[in-house]
Amino acid sequence: MSAADPTADTRLHGIRALIARHKRWDYIFSVIGLVAMMIGIVTLLALFIDLVLDGYGKLNYDFFTSFPSRRAAGAGILSAWVGTVLVMLVTALAGVPLGVAAAIYLEEYAPRNWMTDLIEINVTNLAGVPSIVYGLLALGLFVYQLDLGQSILAAGLTLALLILPVVIVATREAIRAVPGAIREAAYAVGATKWQTVAHHVLPYSTAGILTGVIIGMARAIGETAPIITIGALTFIAFLPPSPVTTEPPFISFDWLFAPFTVLPIQMFSWLSRPQAAFLENAAATGVVIIVMTLAMNAVAIVIRYRFRKRIKW
Amino acid sequence: MKRKTRTAAQPAAPAYNGDMRSPDEKTPVPAAAPQAAIAAPIKAQAQKLHFYYGGTVHALKDINLDLAEKQVTALIGPSGCGKSTFLRCFNRMHDLYPGNRYEGEIRMHPDNVNILARQVDPIEVRMRISMVFQKPNPFPKSIYENVAYGLRVRGVRSRGLMDDKVEEALRGAALWDEVKDRLPDLAFNLSGGQQQRLCIARALATDPEILLFDEPTSALDPIATASIEELITELKLKVTILIVTHNMQQAARVSDYTAFMHLGELVEFGDTNTIFTNPSNRRTEDYITGRYG
Amino acid sequence: MGPLVTQPLDPVNPPAQPSRFAYQARRHLPERIIQWILFLAAFSAVTVTIAIVVILVYESLGFFRHVSLWDFLTDTQWTPLFSDKHFGILPLVAGTLVTTFVALAVSVPLGTVIAIYLSEFASHSVREIVKPFLELLSGVPTIVYGYFALLFVTPLLQLFLPDLPGFNMLSAGLVMGIMIIPYVASVSEDAMRAVPMHIREGSYAMGATRFQTAIRVVTPAATSGLVAAYILGISRAVGETMVVAVAAGTQPNLTWNPLEGAATISAYIVQVSLGDLPHGSLEYQTIFAAGLVLLLMTLAFNVVGHLLRKRFREAY
Repeated sequence: MSAADPTADTRLHGIRALIARHKRWDYIFSVIGLVAMMIGIVTLLALFIDLVLDGYGKLNYDFFTSFPSRRAAGAGILSAWVGTVLVMLVTALAGVPLGVAAAIYLEEYAPRNWMTDLIEINVTNLAGVPSIVYGLLALGLFVYQLDLGQSILAAGLTLALLILPVVIVATREAIRAVPGAIREAAYAVGATKWQTVAHHVLPYSTAGILTGVIIGMARAIGETAPIITIGALTFIAFLPPSPVTTEPPFISFDWLFAPFTVLPIQMFSWLSRPQAAFLENAAATGVVIIVMTLAMNAVAIVIRYRFRKRIKW
Repeated sequence: MKRKTRTAAQPAAPAYNGDMRSPDEKTPVPAAAPQAAIAAPIKAQAQKLHFYYGGTVHALKDINLDLAEKQVTALIGPSGCGKSTFLRCFNRMHDLYPGNRYEGEIRMHPDNVNILARQVDPIEVRMRISMVFQKPNPFPKSIYENVAYGLRVRGVRSRGLMDDKVEEALRGAALWDEVKDRLPDLAFNLSGGQQQRLCIARALATDPEILLFDEPTSALDPIATASIEELITELKLKVTILIVTHNMQQAARVSDYTAFMHLGELVEFGDTNTIFTNPSNRRTEDYITGRYG
Repeated sequence: MGPLVTQPLDPVNPPAQPSRFAYQARRHLPERIIQWILFLAAFSAVTVTIAIVVILVYESLGFFRHVSLWDFLTDTQWTPLFSDKHFGILPLVAGTLVTTFVALAVSVPLGTVIAIYLSEFASHSVREIVKPFLELLSGVPTIVYGYFALLFVTPLLQLFLPDLPGFNMLSAGLVMGIMIIPYVASVSEDAMRAVPMHIREGSYAMGATRFQTAIRVVTPAATSGLVAAYILGISRAVGETMVVAVAAGTQPNLTWNPLEGAATISAYIVQVSLGDLPHGSLEYQTIFAAGLVLLLMTLAFNVVGHLLRKRFREAY
C-alpha cells in the first residue's frame, strides 16, 4: 500500500469522474421535477387568470343582487348564492353531527368484530363512489321515495351523504392523535366513557375535526353533478321563503321545500349557452365559486398547521 | 487523563509505535507490526473533530483518533456517548439530514484527502468507505441484486464481472454456500443473521478501503453474532474496520484497538489489551468494570 | 395527606352502599343510549351503501324488463331519447374509457415525477409549501375545470389541430388529468415516504446518488403504493362528471379516437337529468342502469386500489 500512491490517485480520479457523470442525472431530474410541479401550478394560475379576465367585468354589486335573466347583461347570481348558502346549511347540520358521531363510535367505542369491519369497509368505499351516483341515490330515495321533491332539503341531504366519508376520516384522524394517556387520566379520576370523550377527546381534537369539516364543505360547495341529477332547476328568478316571519311562530321551515339553484349549476347553465355574453357570466360565477372554495381550504390548512405547531403531545 | 488521551492519539506516528510494540498475546498481524516500527500504516485520522446535530447539539467534542490500516478499531461507550455519531461521520451519513455540521477533519491516507471538506462529494467518500448498519437493511430486491447494487451504482454493466464480484463478496461474507442456489429470491426471506451477512457482502462487493460497522450484531441472536464476529476477524486481512459496539466482550474479542467515548468525548484510546486490562482513565475503568453504561 | 384524600370523597360516596349502586346505574343508562346513537351514526355508512345498491338495482331491473342484458352489452348505439331507440352501453363506456386514458396519460407521469421529487429531492421547506398548494389544487370545483377545458384548452388545441371539434375528448381528458395530478402525487408520495429511512441509508452508504436511490431503491420498494395511486386515480377519472359533460359533448359516439367528441356515462346521466323526465319512464330508468355500470366500474378499481394500498402499508 505504501507504494500504491499512483494507483490510489487514478482510482480517486475514476471515482470522481463517475460521480460527476451520475450527478448529472440528479440535476436533470431536479429540473424535470420542478417543471412537472410548475405544470400543475402554472396551469392553475393560468386557469384562474383566464377566469378572472373573462369574468372581471361582471363582478359588481348588481351581479350579486340580480336574478338570472334572458338578457345576459342584467343577469345575476342572487338566487344561486342564496341557494348555495341554504343548501350548505342543511348539509352542515345533517352531515357534520352524523360524521363526527360515526367517527367517535369507530375510534372510541367499536369492538373488534365483523360489524366494525363492515362499517369501515363501507366508509372507505363510499369515499370512492362517484358523486353522480349519490345524485342517483338522492333522486330515487329523497326526491321520489321520501317525496321531498326537488328541494333545498333533498339537495342538502344529498351533499351531507357525499361529505360523510370526508368528515368521518378527518375526525378519526384527529381523535386518534389524542394520546391514550389523556383518556387514562380521565378514567383514573372516575369519568365514564362518554365523559372522557365529551370533556377531553373531542375538545382536544376540535381543530382537526374542523379542518375535515371545512374541506368537506368546500367540496360540497363545488359539487354540481349530484344536484343536477336530483333535478335542480337552472333558471330560478325568485328566492325561497324567508326562514324568519313577521307572524308567530316567527320561524318558518317552508324554505326547506322550496325549489332552488346553486352557484355551480348557474355556472353550468350559462356555460351551455352559445352566446359569449353568458360565458362572461359563467366566468364571473366561477370566480365566486373558486374564491369561496379556496378560501375555505386555505382556512382549513391554516388551522391544521397552526394547531400542529401549538400542541405537542 | 486528558493528557494521556492526547499522547495516545494525537501525534499519530510515534504513539502508534509505542502501542504496537507493546506485547500482544494474540499473534500480531505479520506484516504490519514490523512496518509500524518505521511508520505507522495509518488509514485515516480524525483531527479536532467536532460535530453538531441540527446546528445546536454539540454531539462530538474534539475527537482525535487514528485508524490503523487493516486492523479492527472498536468504539465503545455508554449509549448516547456519540460513538455511532462518530462512525457516521466517516461516510458522511449526516449529510443526509439538514442542519448537521462538521468541524475539523478526517484525513484518508495515502492520498491525504480530508473527507469532511465541503468540496469533497459525500458520494465519493461513500464509494471508498462502506457501512453495515445496526439493523439489517437489505433492499426489497433479490439476494443477487442486493449484492450487485454497489456495482450497478458504479456503472458496472458486464454481466460476467458482476457475477464474479457477487460470488466473491458472498464468499467473503460467508454466505455463498447458503444462498448460491437461491440468488433470485427476495432478500427479506433470509434470516436476520443471513440478512446482516448479506449487507456485509453488499458492502464488500465494491472493494471499500474502510468498512464501518454500527453495532452490527445488536439485532441478532448469539449464534448469528458469533458468525459475524468470526467474519470480522477474517475481513481485516483485506480491509480497515471501524466498529461501534455496546458489547464490551465483543470489542475485546474482535478488535486490535479500542476507543472509549463518553459524553461526546474520546476519553481513552489504545490497543485493546491495554484498554481492557490496564486502562489509565477512571471513567474507562468504571465503564469496563460495569459501574455504569 | 390522609384527610385531604378522604374528605372530598365523602359527599360523593356516602357510606350507605345501596345509594352508590343507584348512582352507578344512573350513570350507566345514558352511557348505553349514547353508545347506541353513535353506533347508528356509524352504521349509516352501511345504510347508505345498501341504499345506493338497492335504488340502482331496483330501477335498473325496471329497465332490464324492457331491454335485454344482451342488447345492453352488445348494441353499438345508445339512443334512448330518439324515436329509434337503442340501448347499447358500449358507446358510453368507450367515451368513459377514452377520456380516462387521456387523463391517465397526463396524471400518471406528472404525478409520479412530482411525488418522487417531493419525497426524495425537495428540501423540507419546498415540501411544506408545495404540499398545501397541491391540496388547494384538488379543492378546485370540477365545473371550473370544465370551463377551463371548453374555453381555454380546446381553443388552444385548435391552434395546432384545426379540425378539432369544439366538443372533444382530448381536451376534457387533458384537463381531467391535470385535475387528478394532486391526488396521484399525494398518494404516491405517501407510498414513497412509507419506505423506511434505513433502506435509503443503505443505498446512500453504497455511494448512490439521489437519483439512483430514488429510481433503483425507493420507487421499486413503493411499487404497490404507486399502483394503488394510479388505480385510485383511474377510479376518479371514470366517475368524473362535469368536465366531460361540459367539454366532451353529450353525443354518444362509439369511437376510440380522442379527437372526436363523445358522451361518457356520467355525462349522459347529467344530460338526461337536465331534461324533464317523467318518474318511472324508461328514459328515467336508463340513467340508473348507466349509473349501475359506472358504480361497478369504480368499485372494481377502488377495491383493487385499496388492497394494494393496504399491502404497502403493511410491508414495513
